[in-house]
Amino acid sequence: MSRKLPALTADTCHFWQGGAEGQLLIHFCPDCQRYFHPPSPVCPSCCSNRVGPKAVSGHGQIVSYTINYQQWNPTLDIPYVVAIVELDEQPGLRLLSNIVNCPTEQVSIGLQVRVCFERYEDIWLPLFEVQT
Amino acid sequence: MNIERIGEKQVAITGIGQSEVGRPSALSAMQLTVDAALEAIEDAGLKKSDIDGVACWPGDNNNGSAFSPVGPNALISTLGLNVNWFGGGYEGPGPLAGVINGAMAIAAGLCDHVLVFRTITEATQRQTDKTATALSNKTVGRDTSFFWQWYTPYNVQSAINLAALYAQRHSYEYGTRSEQLGQIALTCRANAALNPKAVFREPLSMEDYLSSRLISTPLRLFDCDVHCDASTAIVLSRKDIAKDCRNPPITLEAIGSALNQPWSWEQIDLTGMAAIDAASMMWARTDLGPADVGSAQLYDGFSIFTMIWLEALGLCGRGESGEFVEGGSRIALNGQLPINTNGGQLSGGRTHGLGYVHEACAQLWGRAGARQSHAHDVAIAASGGGPLAGSLLLVKNR
Ligand SMILES: [Zn+2]
Repeated sequence: MSRKLPALTADTCHFWQGGAEGQLLIHFCPDCQRYFHPPSPVCPSCCSNRVGPKAVSGHGQIVSYTINYQQWNPTLDIPYVVAIVELDEQPGLRLLSNIVNCPTEQVSIGLQVRVCFERYEDIWLPLFEVQT
Repeated sequence: MNIERIGEKQVAITGIGQSEVGRPSALSAMQLTVDAALEAIEDAGLKKSDIDGVACWPGDNNNGSAFSPVGPNALISTLGLNVNWFGGGYEGPGPLAGVINGAMAIAAGLCDHVLVFRTITEATQRQTDKTATALSNKTVGRDTSFFWQWYTPYNVQSAINLAALYAQRHSYEYGTRSEQLGQIALTCRANAALNPKAVFREPLSMEDYLSSRLISTPLRLFDCDVHCDASTAIVLSRKDIAKDCRNPPITLEAIGSALNQPWSWEQIDLTGMAAIDAASMMWARTDLGPADVGSAQLYDGFSIFTMIWLEALGLCGRGESGEFVEGGSRIALNGQLPINTNGGQLSGGRTHGLGYVHEACAQLWGRAGARQSHAHDVAIAASGGGPLAGSLLLVKNR
């Protein structure tokens, strides 16, 4: 599966490279005691700059999903699943990813998933698979 | 809120114009734009020398893309306009941002008559490059976009993948069914049959809809708007001088432009989008309410967006849009709330935003020909999906 890769910045590199150590790193504000995503230099709630990446369990559930059938370019393996995953650490802590390693018809809202990583160059892309 | 502080009430739409709608058009983007602009100025009963402001969303962003090949700079030069204010740019409350900016310029006393336009040539573009609109092609090399970088690595290649996430969640929370989404497409097609400019005018049945191919579940081919080449223009005027124009002025009774959530496709309310913020702001700026609305032109880049706008604007209850549109009688031309009366973007063509305002005015002025609905004085134009959302409450004779 071909993928467009993200540019790395001081703010985003932890999320994209945490998989090198097998960790899903999500930005956390120690002042609010809350995670937030996408990562940024300040907390979107309190503007604290004491924010930074923190490892989470990588467990969550599917909030919504779609099975893409359109061949947007010749190098895509269709169908594939795009999903919004809510992480177990905090209600509303969401990120967008793909659900992999399972037949598309098994995917549903509420399904428990866990992170896995796929390496592309210097990116360890966080993906999700069904928890067994 | 002090009503005298609500600046948009001092602004009225006085003229509308639209080029041919081609799929594709042989005309240049600038020719389309000039056709729309001069028609709107003429329609208002004005001369080009009366126009002292120009607004556009999103403008050409220095790249002449088919998404917006002509911006204010080019049109001002081409028409030889002398302006006190002009502006364009992508960032703002969705495709109606040009109207909202133009209204603000008038309310601030910068200009008297603002030409607002929107040109798009995506039909021509797709003749030669079907992948040009893929999100991964927006940037070269690694994705440096502040927002798209979170989506393109996961092969979100079109906004349909994001709209589909909303549709799936709407179905999960409220039981919305494919036949209900499909009704938006059928209603648009039925209206398009009465619009000589519409791109697709042949009948569309529910069987056709349900057998069309899935693009991104649960959304199908007919849930997607159709690319076209077209330009649409309107003239905004100071309300106190608008009465001297040719048409009965259509007041901007209230603007909705709020965003009270992150600018993000997945961190926002998945079944309310930014539409809920824009809509609640709009209703807070008027003594009118949803029951006063005679017709609604609601963004249908994808059918689910129209459903969400119906709910966000209070035209039906939250979660009840499926039931509201089912069978199509309520939203038909002769129903209680006609929607997307020119065929919308689903069948009329993706004029992208300003087409809804053009059609709302045509309906209010009773100039919609075979697709004219019952006479009414209050209409809504709402545009955008996801974090893009803007709405206008338009009132004739107020
Ligand atoms: Zn904080």
